[in-house]
Amino acid sequence: MGDGPPSIWEWIGRNWDTGRVDSIKSLLTDHLTMSFVPILLALLVALPLGLACVRWRWLYQPTSGLMNVVYALPSLPVFMLLISVTGLSQATVIIPLTFYGMAVLIPAVVDGLNSVPDHVRQSAVAMGFTPLRRLLLVELPIAAPVVLAGLRVVAVSSISLVSVGALIGQGGLGGLFTRAYQNPFLPPVIVGIVLIVALALIADGLLVLAQRLLTPWVRARKGAAA
Amino acid sequence: MITFESVTKRYPDGTVAVDRLSLEAPTGEITVLVGPSGCGKTTSLRMINRMIDATEGRILLDGEPVQGIDPPTLRRGIGYVIQQAGLFPHRKIVDNVATVPYLLGWDRKKARGRAMELLERVGLDPALARRYPFQLSGGQQQRVGVARALAADPPVLLMDEPFSAVDPIVRTNLQDELLRLQSELNKTIVFVTHDIDEAIKLGDRVAVLRVGGTLAQVADPKTLLSEPADDFVREFLGHDRGIRRLQFVSTEALRLRTDLTVPEGGAGGASGEPWLLVVTGDGRPVGWRSGERPGELEPYGTFVHGRDSMRTALDAALLSPSGCAVAVDEEGRVVGVATRRALDEALAEAADG
Repeated sequence: MGDGPPSIWEWIGRNWDTGRVDSIKSLLTDHLTMSFVPILLALLVALPLGLACVRWRWLYQPTSGLMNVVYALPSLPVFMLLISVTGLSQATVIIPLTFYGMAVLIPAVVDGLNSVPDHVRQSAVAMGFTPLRRLLLVELPIAAPVVLAGLRVVAVSSISLVSVGALIGQGGLGGLFTRAYQNPFLPPVIVGIVLIVALALIADGLLVLAQRLLTPWVRARKGAAA
Repeated sequence: MITFESVTKRYPDGTVAVDRLSLEAPTGEITVLVGPSGCGKTTSLRMINRMIDATEGRILLDGEPVQGIDPPTLRRGIGYVIQQAGLFPHRKIVDNVATVPYLLGWDRKKARGRAMELLERVGLDPALARRYPFQLSGGQQQRVGVARALAADPPVLLMDEPFSAVDPIVRTNLQDELLRLQSELNKTIVFVTHDIDEAIKLGDRVAVLRVGGTLAQVADPKTLLSEPADDFVREFLGHDRGIRRLQFVSTEALRLRTDLTVPEGGAGGASGEPWLLVVTGDGRPVGWRSGERPGELEPYGTFVHGRDSMRTALDAALLSPSGCAVAVDEEGRVVGVATRRALDEALAEAADG
């Protein structure tokens, strides 16, 4: 090609796997880690907390209030604050994103469990389910569609929010955007946007698939209503 | 047999739901608990399988106090049918029915086999087994609920207003079906309802409870209708208590006339009778022909002679301008006609007894 700026494909080819931390491949890996670890952690924490909020109703108001406040905090100053504790590591991004995820997932778990009709719960008791089996075999499966819907929101927002971390040097693919500041060169920005959107779509698609496999009865119900 | 020994349920706020209830539900019979809302009938039912624990007194299951049995174990041995069926929306019908067998640790194949057998038993198409509860009508769901309660063949069945959320026609079918099942299975059934007609139709024994959870009367339906213990029971039974009592009076003794029928297409009959019943060649009723307008046929009502009650016979008579009820056999062939006079004689007899 000779002189002039390289084409987007040339740029991708040159930067895909340079072995350096700012190669597209390593940014992509970082991005995946920093978005999926919070999703998983948020789910792991939200499940028991949600259960506790259903079991002890007084707990729900303070918990959801606190979570809303956390959700309202702008991410950038939170990152800045955390730097003093966790430094410029991935944890500085992972921790706030986990809290954002919890803010969505705790209400989802609570709503999901509350969506179990009372007569269904009572008939489970009357059939002789022990409390643990009732939770695992009746209540959580019935709550699953609502929880999975919350998980879709969390997955997409988490994948997109990671890029803000670029401002503290931990943004995964967001790192491609900061370079465009220094140098008005578009290919990195386009690659960053395309990859992030693609990741979000794939994650969402996988969750929809999981929803179909785990809760076939929801589709059956919609089919019956149609 | 289920025995309530002076059972009281008092809530922490002091409300008394059930007050010193003593009652027996004999083995193999249907005992109905009936009463207005707030009479503690559902509470009483739920104390049997310990969904609610009694505050005072004992409940014995074949002599053994239920308070001494671990609740999940106790409940797996007692079938339970709830008002809205309470089916698990996320499980297929076959797995809903197999719930208790699964809990008891049966293997999947055996449990499902048993479930299929029960679906058939309660009159459901086996093709429904693969569906989810939402794909079934209310009546079908309720049948699945009954099948599920019977899955592990428990000797005791508790039914909490199981048929009150379905429309009247379906309800009647379900009630008939329950009586048919019971004649085959002979379970000890405790049935809760607020509907006195349902109580009288289904109950071998009916216990009427009053608000505050005290027992007003327990008796077989016929005695209940003819000898209500007090004003509360009398009022609860309703104004047409006398008419309803007729459903326990047999039509066997009803005098029938066999000279009031004419074959279809036959002559008008010169007997001078004001009404003649036109029947087909194989003995089925077609309609009443009056002497005044022989060209038109008027509607008729039938009852099965000997099987149906006087109430049905009277109803059949009132359905026809002739004022006579048509007696048929089980196959629907006319065996005779109960005239007003015959009905009158039978009613006079019923009023005495």
